[in-house]
Amino acid sequence: MHESEQQVIDQPTAGSKAAQARTEPETLRRHTPAGSEAVAAAGQGAAPGSGDLTDELLRSDQWTDEMLHAAGIPVTDVPLVSVGGGIGSFVTVDYLRIAGVTTDRIAILSNLDFPWQTYEYLTRVSQIPKPERIRSDSASRPDNIWGFPSYALAEAIGDRTLAPLWQVLIEPIFADYYTPKAGRVFAGLERETKRIDYPKMLVKGQVRMIRKRRGGGYFIILTPMVGSTPTKRLAYRAEFIHLAIGYPGLKFLPELQEFRTAQQDFHHVVSAYEEHEHVYEAARTKHLVIMLRGGGIVASRVLQRLMDDRAKHGLSTEIVHLFRTYIASSHGPNAWNRRKGAHGFAYQGFNYPKSVWGGQLKARMRKLEGEDRGKAYKLMGGTNTPYRRRWQAQMKEGRQAGWYRTMAGTVGEMRLDEGMIVSCVQTQAGMVEVAADFVIDCTGLEADIAEHRVLADLLEHSGVDRNPLGRLDVERTFELRGAGSGPGVVYASGATTLGGYFPGVDTFLGLQVAAQEIADDLARRGFCRRIGTFRSIQQWLRWARNKQP
Amino acid sequence: MLPTLGGRIQTRLVLLAVVGGIVTLIIGPLLPISAPLSVVYQDTFLILAAVAVLGVGWEILYHFLMQWRWEKDWPTLFGLVTAIPEGVLVWLLLRAGAIPGIKGTVPTPAFVIDFAVVWLAVWLVANGPMRVPFIRWRFHGGRLV
Repeated sequence: MHESEQQVIDQPTAGSKAAQARTEPETLRRHTPAGSEAVAAAGQGAAPGSGDLTDELLRSDQWTDEMLHAAGIPVTDVPLVSVGGGIGSFVTVDYLRIAGVTTDRIAILSNLDFPWQTYEYLTRVSQIPKPERIRSDSASRPDNIWGFPSYALAEAIGDRTLAPLWQVLIEPIFADYYTPKAGRVFAGLERETKRIDYPKMLVKGQVRMIRKRRGGGYFIILTPMVGSTPTKRLAYRAEFIHLAIGYPGLKFLPELQEFRTAQQDFHHVVSAYEEHEHVYEAARTKHLVIMLRGGGIVASRVLQRLMDDRAKHGLSTEIVHLFRTYIASSHGPNAWNRRKGAHGFAYQGFNYPKSVWGGQLKARMRKLEGEDRGKAYKLMGGTNTPYRRRWQAQMKEGRQAGWYRTMAGTVGEMRLDEGMIVSCVQTQAGMVEVAADFVIDCTGLEADIAEHRVLADLLEHSGVDRNPLGRLDVERTFELRGAGSGPGVVYASGATTLGGYFPGVDTFLGLQVAAQEIADDLARRGFCRRIGTFRSIQQWLRWARNKQP
Repeated sequence: MLPTLGGRIQTRLVLLAVVGGIVTLIIGPLLPISAPLSVVYQDTFLILAAVAVLGVGWEILYHFLMQWRWEKDWPTLFGLVTAIPEGVLVWLLLRAGAIPGIKGTVPTPAFVIDFAVVWLAVWLVANGPMRVPFIRWRFHGGRLV
């Protein structure tokens, strides 16, 4: 076997066995799409009957039931498979469960134990532990499709205080936007996960590929946990697929990557999205100069941690903050499109202007195509961070005392000099050398979607294309263009679809917008019921009483 | 809220009709007006209708003002404090006898209570419970159809 798989070491859940044992009635075979099977070049496959991917399977764009049988890969029928198992899968499945879909009609294929596992890891390392507040709106509740009661109302009731409600009332004019604590978000997700019987639908493993099925629908190949099944692969035969695989991967700034690779130094040059607690620990033992790269929310978070530690432990840490694009003031093409900014940062409450999640920007973007859409994304895009009064006070103090300095420029070269990392910064005034003990990359550059194995395979074998921002091209219903297979549909939501008709895809509310569109489209196709007014009220009452949908 | 112009107008009309109507029915007998209940209802429902009709104009103005906001949102507070100019305008029209069908004089305290309670109820419903029966409403700029 030539292929190397990422081994899944997690233990199987009870639910996975139950899911594998399902025997769903055949839902496919409505008609056979015309056209011959395209064959792509591929490497050597496993022997027929081995329960692994054969040469024929690896090369073929479209598979038949017989091909799977010949390969000896067991096939399980489930009408809808969600690939990913993060918050994107959870929100969509939650919606479908509330619409009345039973657990035996959905399988979630994932290497995660619970939907917020990756999210919790990323928030924790990027300096949002459970008691801290995330950057999300009060009514953006992934555990409650109605957004009512909002996080602020729930917090007010739970903690017996009017403060969160007062903040929502006067935000953003007289107070910062209310945002929920990470811990509250996770607790809510845990409750809803149990309520909808999420573990029953979860099958643990690594999804290897998705291929169209001759006769309609799809096959999804799963590599289950080592030793959990007699064969190396399992196949799922589904009419509908939901893809929610999240960020394809993290990319470092090129000069940082080069430095890390050349020096084999993963200690002094770190990403804010990976464990880097040692930097804060080192700052508590000696005087340090720390260079920050990036001007987004994660840069603000890391900066806050450094400034908090400085104040709390009486440290002397110096911070040099380098912006590639330095925002000095309000910016935008006209008075109707002007975003606030100062001291390097562009200020915005959330990832996008709020109205992309429901108001006029959402309505406008829905009508834009190609280049026009790309331009609109550019106008509202750009790295930004919220204006928070506490951060402002801390930064002001730092600027005045000289321990927090900002600069604008790009880094050409980095080198080690007497234990310090020297960055050669090209500024408008010329080259400046900045020496720091640590460099923290907060830019959060995302890798290309083709870096993800499943997406790369899909791009190569299914006919799907890219949108104006280079991500997966989806319809307004989040149907993946070019992926249709007979009556079968692939939907995609989350970060991989950024650049589509709806901008805020990689956010809690964005995932709910997508889930609603997907559920309504599935209802049109007869998979489930459309949630109407009566069902919505009835289901909300069940949610409120923590009863199963 | 994240309204579109169409959504603003639809939401206002529906909420005033349903929530405003129910609240007006409930508080009618409790208002400090020395007139038969039928007259009280006639006057208060005409005031409600005036708020709805004038509101279409107000919403166009609010939509225009919202264009200066980068977020193109309408903060919760705005939805509450706009009660002041709107209430004052209706009161002035009432005093000027410009609202057709009003019988007698609606005392200022009764008007203030009626207007404020209806406004508060509509505002509260729009900021939360509305999302329960109308699950697509918030993602469609406040449109119901």
